[in-house]
Amino acid sequence: MLAVQLAALLGGDSGNAGEGAEEALALLDGFDDALVHGLARLADERADAVTALAAAFAATPLGDRLAEAADAVVSGSITQEHLTALAGGRVALSGAVHDCLLERLDTALGRERAKWPPAPDGPGMAGAAAQPAGHVLGGVRSWLRELAITGWRGVDHDLVSAADQVIEALLAAPDLRRLAVLLDGFAAELRASCPIGSAEHLPVRRWADLWTRALLLSQDGVLTGEPRPAATVSGRLLVLGVDVHEHGTAVQFQVHAVLEPADGGGSRLVRTSVTVAKVDTIVGTALWKLPQRHKVLLAALADRRSVEITDMPLLDSGDLVWDDDRAFVSKPADPLATARLCLPGALAPAVPPLDRVSVRIAEPVLVEGYKVTKDGSFDLDGTVFAVDAERLPDCGPLTPKLVAASSACVGLVRWDGGRWTLQPLAVQVRVKREAVVVATGDWALGPTDPKAAKAEARAADAVTVLRERAGRLLRR
Amino acid sequence: MTDRSPNGATVWARHSRLRVVPPVQPRKLAKVPFVELADGRLQGVVSSGSDIGRVYVSSIAAGTHDYNCSTNNNRPCGGLYGSPCKHLRALVAEAVVQYGADRVSRYLRVEVPEGADLADCLGGVHEPAPAAVVFSRFLRHLAYLEVPDTTLPIPELHWFPATGTVG
Repeated sequence: MLAVQLAALLGGDSGNAGEGAEEALALLDGFDDALVHGLARLADERADAVTALAAAFAATPLGDRLAEAADAVVSGSITQEHLTALAGGRVALSGAVHDCLLERLDTALGRERAKWPPAPDGPGMAGAAAQPAGHVLGGVRSWLRELAITGWRGVDHDLVSAADQVIEALLAAPDLRRLAVLLDGFAAELRASCPIGSAEHLPVRRWADLWTRALLLSQDGVLTGEPRPAATVSGRLLVLGVDVHEHGTAVQFQVHAVLEPADGGGSRLVRTSVTVAKVDTIVGTALWKLPQRHKVLLAALADRRSVEITDMPLLDSGDLVWDDDRAFVSKPADPLATARLCLPGALAPAVPPLDRVSVRIAEPVLVEGYKVTKDGSFDLDGTVFAVDAERLPDCGPLTPKLVAASSACVGLVRWDGGRWTLQPLAVQVRVKREAVVVATGDWALGPTDPKAAKAEARAADAVTVLRERAGRLLRR
Repeated sequence: MTDRSPNGATVWARHSRLRVVPPVQPRKLAKVPFVELADGRLQGVVSSGSDIGRVYVSSIAAGTHDYNCSTNNNRPCGGLYGSPCKHLRALVAEAVVQYGADRVSRYLRVEVPEGADLADCLGGVHEPAPAAVVFSRFLRHLAYLEVPDTTLPIPELHWFPATGTVG
């Protein structure tokens, strides 16, 4: 990423999301505030905010349904259908903000992005597959309705616990895993925040995001209709880095890479992920023990090697569906060299319509030739790029200190809270006068640093202990 | 709730990618495999020192600090002689390692003078409470380890960034 590209992204005014985005975000904020106090208690101002969200769609095909839903909710009749319509409005607005942001980023980077292919058949197909899940999804929707009526301020232990059974049922259905993971993380936050009535600060936008997302995914056919059949690809996979997502009971290792197809086609940016269920006491370097059966992927990360893949499924979203049996570890490949040589010209994947949310924006870039400012940001010829040093996973060796001492960085460009940031994945840094590369995935096969290895040994083996307990107690 | 926002309420309110529940600290799980702050109690499961197949369910209520300890079959713990047994003390000690003394004392609403042991500052009396709820939450906790992994993407996890390293 060059200084001029960064300047184009930040537009001279850091935080500027783009034309119309500020207005859209203001509408979201109004609606989100209504959820804080609950739709059952809409004071004038908050009722106006709900109406304003609906009014933004007046000229669209959604207009009538949204207006009707807003009227009904304001007058106290809060049905599933009305909530779904309002959530749909919020999804559409935040989707528009996402599009605006991503286009700005692609333009600044000069990055070409694939177009989303039109759906091969109508929504009717998904309905049939959705039937068995219908009962569970109904349970999710009614819990979400209770939440919306009560508002975050009114949430208590009983309301949170009411989600337990639903989440358990979701976890048992592989098709509904995304919703299970989302709802489990959301409910845990509400539980940890109880009693919320007196809490000083609430993550207002975040919880509205999670609520809306859950309501969207709990509609019949949304999850069971996915993923759409994928193509299979073969070729060389060059790793850029691994982004780690985690809450109490799940961790996702999402690898960003450049795929050089064996058929000679142009190279493309891809992601490949492994998500594992866990418990809150499994943290830090112990996390890497969970995806152990994906040995090739872990070895590629830890040893910094490229991977040869054969006939691996690739979704339209640019996600490779990892299969260790279709991959083998190949030659050494440095993530910074990969970013320098292969990132320019790689085709970025299309974003699935339902995944158009700004938190999902995570575009790999190479940044170099910067000066590190006092607060740890990168100064590129006078344009300052904020570095998100809080998002360095504790399962890897990359620390804010190393990032601050670095001379080149592969990271993900993200947008949150009104500004663009860089989330580092790998850096080049001088340690004891030697130039080394440090990356988030370096400890995928176990910590290589003696201090971290000792800490891991001291914490004993959480996974083994819990498996022993489970073996003894679970099937009684 | 822990306020980890850098610039106060506005930042906290307008961000989507936050770690609202702070990650817990790693600890040895052999003696006390399960600890949680939930349902208005510090509660958990303590492995029996003498019988490998037996566990005790221990809990302390927030506010009143009334406590209970029994086997998972609801047989009262023999160590409760008008004061918390060793299982309850182990539960408190491990909770402090896992969540930090601040978070535990805030949740239980207990004043801990400088240098004092949290377990010594709890009032409360023995008040029988059903062990079944806690035990089933523990079994549910263990069941997570049996949920198969998936290589399909979960875009929703972008809302849950891993955080952590300090230094």
